[in-house]
Amino acid sequence: MVDNFKRSFLVALWFVFLTFPLMVVKVNTLKNIVEWRWINMLWVAIGAFVLSLVWRWAMARRQLKSKAAEIGEEGLVKPGLGQRLLEDPKVFKPVLIVLALVTIVFPLLVDIYQTNIMVLALIFVVLGLGLNITVGLAGLLDLGYVAFFAVGAYTYGVLNTFWGFGFWISLPIGGLMGALFGIALGFPILRLRGDYLAIVTLGFGSIAKIVIENWEEVFNGAKGIAGIPRPGFFGAEMNIASATTYTYYLMILMVLFTIFITNRLKDSRIGRAWMALREDEIACVAMGVDMARTKLSAYAFGAFWAGLVGVVFAARNTYINPNSFTFMESALVLSIVVMGGMGSIIGVIIAALVLILMPEYLRAFSEYRMLMFGAVMVLMMIFRPEGLIANVRRKYAGRTVKTEEANA
Amino acid sequence: MPETQPILETTPIPETRKILLEVKDLTMDFGGLRAVDAVSLNICAGEIVALIGPNGAGKTTFFNCVTGIYKPTGGDVLVHPPEKKTQKINGFKPNRVTTIGMARTFQNIRLFQNMTVLENVMIGRHCRTTTNIVGAIFRGSTTKRQEQETIDICYDLLEKVGLVEFADEFAKNLPYGAQRRLEIARAMATDPFLLLLDEPAAGMNPQETKALDELIVRICNTEQIAILLIEHDMKLVMNISQRIYVMEYGKEIAQGTPADIRSNPKVIEAYLGEDTDA
Ligand SMILES: Nc1ncnc2c1ncn2[C@@H]1O[C@H](COP(=O)(O)OP(=O)(O)OP(=O)(O)O)[C@@H](O)[C@H]1O
Ligand SMILES: [Mg+2]
Repeated sequence: MVDNFKRSFLVALWFVFLTFPLMVVKVNTLKNIVEWRWINMLWVAIGAFVLSLVWRWAMARRQLKSKAAEIGEEGLVKPGLGQRLLEDPKVFKPVLIVLALVTIVFPLLVDIYQTNIMVLALIFVVLGLGLNITVGLAGLLDLGYVAFFAVGAYTYGVLNTFWGFGFWISLPIGGLMGALFGIALGFPILRLRGDYLAIVTLGFGSIAKIVIENWEEVFNGAKGIAGIPRPGFFGAEMNIASATTYTYYLMILMVLFTIFITNRLKDSRIGRAWMALREDEIACVAMGVDMARTKLSAYAFGAFWAGLVGVVFAARNTYINPNSFTFMESALVLSIVVMGGMGSIIGVIIAALVLILMPEYLRAFSEYRMLMFGAVMVLMMIFRPEGLIANVRRKYAGRTVKTEEANA
Repeated sequence: MPETQPILETTPIPETRKILLEVKDLTMDFGGLRAVDAVSLNICAGEIVALIGPNGAGKTTFFNCVTGIYKPTGGDVLVHPPEKKTQKINGFKPNRVTTIGMARTFQNIRLFQNMTVLENVMIGRHCRTTTNIVGAIFRGSTTKRQEQETIDICYDLLEKVGLVEFADEFAKNLPYGAQRRLEIARAMATDPFLLLLDEPAAGMNPQETKALDELIVRICNTEQIAILLIEHDMKLVMNISQRIYVMEYGKEIAQGTPADIRSNPKVIEAYLGEDTDA
């Protein structure tokens, strides 16, 4: 303990020294004098000292944990509080009911602006769930995921401006186009792994944006496509407020739909093959799983959701331009997956809501958004590499009664 | 290799038995290194055959060539699946080789660590089941039946290797010996006619080795699966294998019954001074 204090003290001194020119010395060029802001030195020292102490404490705790895990004392390594709550039906059910109620009445309680932000957050929930299939389940890194989002949005934009396609027809087409592009990206990178995969997918994301920016005739270049209609409801006329509310409910349904489908797939032959691919590619093919088909389906399926909500995104904004589809968005979605916990659906939802809503409501922080993402990612990797909510292991129904009798 | 020719001719392959795997002059080069040099090998139905040799002899590389992990530089790998036509499988992808009916385990255990024991075995059923994305989403009666069948088969397999009580445990949490048995169960789930085991007893204690010994014999006798095994534990090899092939520096230096091999001067020389478990 004393040792910790001593070390933290040294760290504080070191930081004071490092930040001295920045924090203490200030040259006032108007009056040609040097201001010495000694008080800043104190703040830096206190800040560094406290942070260092907290850091040390967290590290010690983590080491204790991993030691306990090594010894195999299961009792010591309790699952996190969140996990225990989620597994207890007594807690789980009421929470779910309250959540459902809040979700339903939400647009009635707040104004359009906030509903609109919520729609965006829900779009990112679906994006997170989609990328979660590729990255979390199948273990295939994708740094250009936003390209599929753009494909969906521009599918609607182009179909609408040229042929007057409505939202509901464009929705499935957008999804399918996303999947198609997913396969197109999947083919050249079937054999790539790790860094190479990261670079190629990153390139793919940039290429998509550059193509959109420069193909004036079709995509209207950097000017973007305006006047995209909002989602229609059997041709009913809607003002902006009700259209936003309608989009909100639509997105809620879409999130539920995504959860339902991804859950079904996760607990199936296909989902297991994806996980096996993530765990060990060589063992996976050696056990008879077709690598090409499994990888392509993972890319296609992940991209499908991006294409689908891309259409909703275009409809929500009524205006799209290439700047909505930068690497930042890809990074954001990836952060959602990493933070939420690879492969965990609830974790991804929470992470998406936090990462999208936090900068909106804490305007003061929005400038430091990327800085905070970075910090969060580093901390997550160190303390909770499994994400906010670790993927719970699936228990399967037992054998059919017949075989049990036969074995008894 | 003319000098090994006489030994090859005295091979006691029982005429009545059907050949399952026939490897002819298999060669594998890594750049300038010839890891496997014109190795020939046969395995018949109902046999347990061992492949032994000092460290670095090329045994694992041989397995990798046969199972499609590597594409051999030369030679032929022919399979004669029971009741199906003969196929030349050089250069086939591993999953195709497995689908044909040859499954393997790995020397350095390659389980799906973050999946449960049951799920690991269920992956083995992948190539024998057909549920596609549409089926998985709608989860109709066919899908449900297939899923339940898979679970039943996998539980049975876990019972055979003695891992039922660990079914819902993560594979990474299993003790070492159990992990090796799980690999065997996973390979068996693919319905193979030939099982290739790469050092299944490595890292096991004597009791575990004995249990494994019995397990392998049981698999061969009751499941009608032929077995090709790489092993350094000479006691196990001599106990259970009907025939033994010996490799050194990529070359096949001897083959025959355990008794032949034990008294073969070349084999003794190859192992002399070698730091093996023999
Ligand atoms: N992928 C590879 N690239 C280059 N050389 C390789 C490769 N795999 C194996 N080798 C070399 O081939 C030779 C045979 O290796 P192999 O792993 O087949 O030996 P082994 O008989 O299985 O030995 P052990 O008993 O230690 O498992 C070794 O010299 C090894 O270094
Ligand atoms: Mg080896």
